[in-house]
Amino acid sequence: MNTIRNPSPLFLKSLKVAVFALCLLPFALLAAGAFGVAGYDLGANPVEALIHSTGKWGLKFLLITLAVTPVRRLSGLNWVIRFRRMLGLFAFFYLVLHFASYALIDQRLDLGAILEDIVQRPFITIGMTALLLLVPLAATSTKGMMRRLGKRWQKLHRLIYPIAVLGVWHFYWQVKQDTLEPLIYAGILAVLLASRLFIRRRRARVPVAVPGHG
Amino acid sequence: MLIKRPADIRPSEITDESIYLNRREFLRAAGLTIAGITLGTAGPSSGWAAGYDDLVKSPLSTDEPPNSWEDITTYNNFYEFGVGKSDPARNARDFQPLPWEIAIGGECDNPRTLSYEDLVKPHAFEERIYRLRCVEAWSMVVPWVGIPLADILKRFEPNSRARFVRFTTLFDPKRMPGQKRRTLDWPYVEGLTIEEAMNPLTLMAVGVYGRELPAQNGAPLRLVVPWKYGFKSIKSIVRIDFTETRPTNTWSAEIPGEYGFYANVNPNVDHPRWSQAKERRIGNSAFAPKQPTQMFNGYGEQVAHLYKGLDLARNF
Repeated sequence: MNTIRNPSPLFLKSLKVAVFALCLLPFALLAAGAFGVAGYDLGANPVEALIHSTGKWGLKFLLITLAVTPVRRLSGLNWVIRFRRMLGLFAFFYLVLHFASYALIDQRLDLGAILEDIVQRPFITIGMTALLLLVPLAATSTKGMMRRLGKRWQKLHRLIYPIAVLGVWHFYWQVKQDTLEPLIYAGILAVLLASRLFIRRRRARVPVAVPGHG
Repeated sequence: MLIKRPADIRPSEITDESIYLNRREFLRAAGLTIAGITLGTAGPSSGWAAGYDDLVKSPLSTDEPPNSWEDITTYNNFYEFGVGKSDPARNARDFQPLPWEIAIGGECDNPRTLSYEDLVKPHAFEERIYRLRCVEAWSMVVPWVGIPLADILKRFEPNSRARFVRFTTLFDPKRMPGQKRRTLDWPYVEGLTIEEAMNPLTLMAVGVYGRELPAQNGAPLRLVVPWKYGFKSIKSIVRIDFTETRPTNTWSAEIPGEYGFYANVNPNVDHPRWSQAKERRIGNSAFAPKQPTQMFNGYGEQVAHLYKGLDLARNF
């Protein structure tokens, strides 16, 4: 129990390496599929498979990143916060791959067609917006930037909430008819966002309760 | 009347796809040895998933290389068996199409309900290699086996009020598990104008690659309308009705702003959420470029006259 509450630096380091490798696994499988390595393939429509898979992994990592704080509060395991940056950067990594699969492989850098899509198709407009908003967060994810920005860092990184909403909305708008899967993402996002209100309210109640005990 | 003697051996029993594609070369090379060896052992097979023989070749076939059996039978939009592209191949595995009945009615002088066998029996089967363009901007080339729809419809003697034809898919959630959820307003319904239905290109398909249709491709019989987006080519048909008024087709009822009645392949009219100017040919590598989509999917010569004076941007 104690090793879980106060894990040794060695334990944390090994866990970080293991989580890093696990986060790279979807990428490795997709790359194997795209190049036909080790018997993997991406099915009849490999481009669609690449775009959909990287997009969904990006969203999954956004949700996992947003789950770090609630998990920390509910479990009291403060060290989980040390994984948040890595998970957030993996979200960015998969979403950049998502855009790259679309722009480089699907549209073959046809800038006219890409621009037309971004301007004319609302689901692409909001997806692109979400990805652009994610860029400053990734750029300021280093310890140095955290220190330099101080209080403003936290304010800036609250952008993750609208980004996640736009991302799930982009998914919802893209599907043809069966909205079950994007609605599952939306449901999980709603729970994660609601948990923040719950945590904040509970924290706000604590000081009020103290005088009563005194 | 064509009376067919059951062949001693059907092509599907001895041929795999690559040999099928090069059958002339194969036969030339192999001579009669193969036939000599197999004639003695294989009898005529009965039931589904057997093959067809004596297929009539059609001048309407494209000479583009067909997609693989694998692509055609594992990448399907058939929500009756699930919404994912690979769901139908998995969920239709136990689907037994026979026995099957088709009811033909509405504005015709000879309405009847027929078994699948009685519906197809009077006709010779043709091979038609057609391009298939999905509204989702991907395409395939499919070697269908089928009967010109007009030949079938004429037997029921449509009357002068028959201006449209409505087709209905089987509704049976026990056999089609995708129907347990209301992903679409079941049963699936599609429609054509009588002129479209009678066009020589329009096919009632009963097979692919010289064999009976796999369930995920719409067994036992489905429509193939190659100049329209794939969703018009309704699968697993149980009802055909001649109507005076235009039938409401399932997708246009679900999302009228995105899917219309005509659904002619048209590179100049975009889907609201994606461009229709290009298409991705299934079976190509991930890094192959898309190809330009052709007006009426390249079948304008046969069908453009049907839409003279019609605003195709409004009637999408």
